[in-house]
Amino acid sequence: MNIHEYQGKEVLKQYGVAVPEGKVAFSVDEAVEAAQALGTPVVVVKAQIHAGGRGKAGGVKVAKNIDEVRAYASEILGKVLVTHQTGPEGKEVKRLLIEQGCDIKKEYYVGVVIDRGTGRVTMMASEEGGTEIEEVAAHSPEKIIKEVIDPAIGLQVFQARKLAYAINIPSELVNKAVKFMIALYNAFVDKDCSIAEINPLVVTGDGNVMALDAKLNFDSNALYRHKDIVALRDLEEEDAKEIEASKYDLSYIALEGNIGCMVNGAGLAMATMDIIKYYGGDPANFLDVGGGATKEKVTEAFKIILSDENVKGIFVNIFGGIMRCDVIADGVIAAAKELGLDRPLVVRLEGTNVELGKKMLNESGLNIVAADSMADGAQKIVNLVK
Amino acid sequence: MSILVNKDTKVITQGITGATGLFHAKGALDYGTQMVGGVTPGKGGTNVDITLENGNVVSLPVFNTVEQAVAATGATASVIYVPPAFAADSIMEAVDAGLDLVICITEGIPVLDMVKVKRYMEGSKTTLIGPNCPGVITPDECKIGIMPGYIHTKGHVGVVSRSGTLTYEAVHQLSTRGIGQSSAVGIGGDPVKGSEFIDILSRFNDDPDTYAVIMIGEIGGTAEEEAAEWIKANMKKPVVGFIGGATAPPGKRMGHAGAIISGGKGTAAEKIATLEACGIKVAPTPSDMGSTLVSVLEAQGLLEKCTTGVAQA
Repeated sequence: MNIHEYQGKEVLKQYGVAVPEGKVAFSVDEAVEAAQALGTPVVVVKAQIHAGGRGKAGGVKVAKNIDEVRAYASEILGKVLVTHQTGPEGKEVKRLLIEQGCDIKKEYYVGVVIDRGTGRVTMMASEEGGTEIEEVAAHSPEKIIKEVIDPAIGLQVFQARKLAYAINIPSELVNKAVKFMIALYNAFVDKDCSIAEINPLVVTGDGNVMALDAKLNFDSNALYRHKDIVALRDLEEEDAKEIEASKYDLSYIALEGNIGCMVNGAGLAMATMDIIKYYGGDPANFLDVGGGATKEKVTEAFKIILSDENVKGIFVNIFGGIMRCDVIADGVIAAAKELGLDRPLVVRLEGTNVELGKKMLNESGLNIVAADSMADGAQKIVNLVK
Repeated sequence: MSILVNKDTKVITQGITGATGLFHAKGALDYGTQMVGGVTPGKGGTNVDITLENGNVVSLPVFNTVEQAVAATGATASVIYVPPAFAADSIMEAVDAGLDLVICITEGIPVLDMVKVKRYMEGSKTTLIGPNCPGVITPDECKIGIMPGYIHTKGHVGVVSRSGTLTYEAVHQLSTRGIGQSSAVGIGGDPVKGSEFIDILSRFNDDPDTYAVIMIGEIGGTAEEEAAEWIKANMKKPVVGFIGGATAPPGKRMGHAGAIISGGKGTAAEKIATLEACGIKVAPTPSDMGSTLVSVLEAQGLLEKCTTGVAQA
């Protein structure tokens, strides 16, 4: 789960991570009030969207007086920002962070991730702050220093020191940097983060070590034990269909194409998207109904797929293990009858109770095209949608 | 011979009195697995009576702790059907009790819990499969997990996969061609897991009854690439692969917690390229997994040896 920069900074502040003073604003007036309350000579007006690259897209402006704050806030609020992470349609800015300006002396990168190879939390740091860390990783990986953290004892002071010296934090600020890193690690582990990225970490003219930006992402599997983090969810930053799907415990991701998919099992669901593409089609979504899906769940899944205007046809691909083919058939028939089936539907069933499932579909009176295999089904739906 | 489990393996079910645990305990027994008991804290001393498909009733003892269950039944393996909030604890309890094999089916365990589990397991003799996996099956001998038994046939092809239903698809494609399986292992869809591809491939490599392996991967992480390098350096038997998620967009979690392309790493294209560079033929579509394996078996003169069943029309 993603949260906004201002929310990430509020979370980090709770753990003693140094962040600039700032406040969220939902309107131009609020932005002005926040700037006045901050009282610093320079104020930064920052677009708050769940995507990076905001600066380059004109979403971050430095204001030297209140008039500029008002002007920039008016300009950015309501603007659709297109960054390399938003996709071409961009994201509308509905919130601003009004933050104290800093006298930035130098920028660094510090990030905390879970390293899959070692199965451990790892802190990475680089002297190349402010740029895309993926590019640094690609072109000069030796500039990224890593410390693997033993979960039994946490990030040790000597490890943070190693990182601080390796990235050339000014000697007199190493202690502050160490304190920062340890606090960041504590926040990461305590809140079940999946990523915590500080890019850039800055050292300032007045001798501070601060997070100029903070990107925190949370492990969805752990949200059940972090109600406070769930409360930070911004539904407007998510796809409406994905929100709807999560209510019914369906795993759904919206894509760009026009062939809706309903599959049981994430691996098979990904493979179904792949085979549609292989035959020249374009999947509209990823959807895993899961093993324990009921008729109701299948119906809801259908509704969500059909609510996507781009969907010109649907491919249901089920290999029933625990999932029974007759239950899927029941759900598909119920949904089709309830919603009216106005688009081509290809169903491929295999596994538990397959003969019963096929029989039910045949006798439903609905225009359902049966497929003998996954390849057959994919080819059929691609042709029907052309 | 097979790997990990066979007809002599005695298994207990952690979470046996829950609906899911009970359902799959029955499934195991129906298949002929030696399911010998279960654990549900607070229900120790009771029994669960399971009526099998053949009409027999099996009464399994329930214990409060894994240690007690092992002492009473002599089980060497456990399968875990415990909700995500408690599953990591269940894994560690099973490891503490000295089991050889622990299979965790549960999906949704917080990643940092698994980081702790992995740390806890260092130095222990226990093999963990999963979490978020369908389980392990040695056809005609032992089925531990949620896979449909009937699609499997006994044979000589090892199957290792991060997915559940995509594995059934592969197994089905093999079985309908008369190609049986030695063992099928689902390592699961999580980013931090008990066993990776290399761990299972190594076992298949040492198993005299496995003549070839099919490896099913997906986007996220670099386990397939590492496995490919290991295969090139060590594997004595042909390996065929498939990688799901070629069309997955970056940054999105595709169902499985571990199926996510992040920081540009973990793409299907990279994995496929590495596999092929290491001499592993990759099926171009999920429908070609069986036929790709057949073509490799043919080329290596192994097709006859691996055809242990009857091909279906």
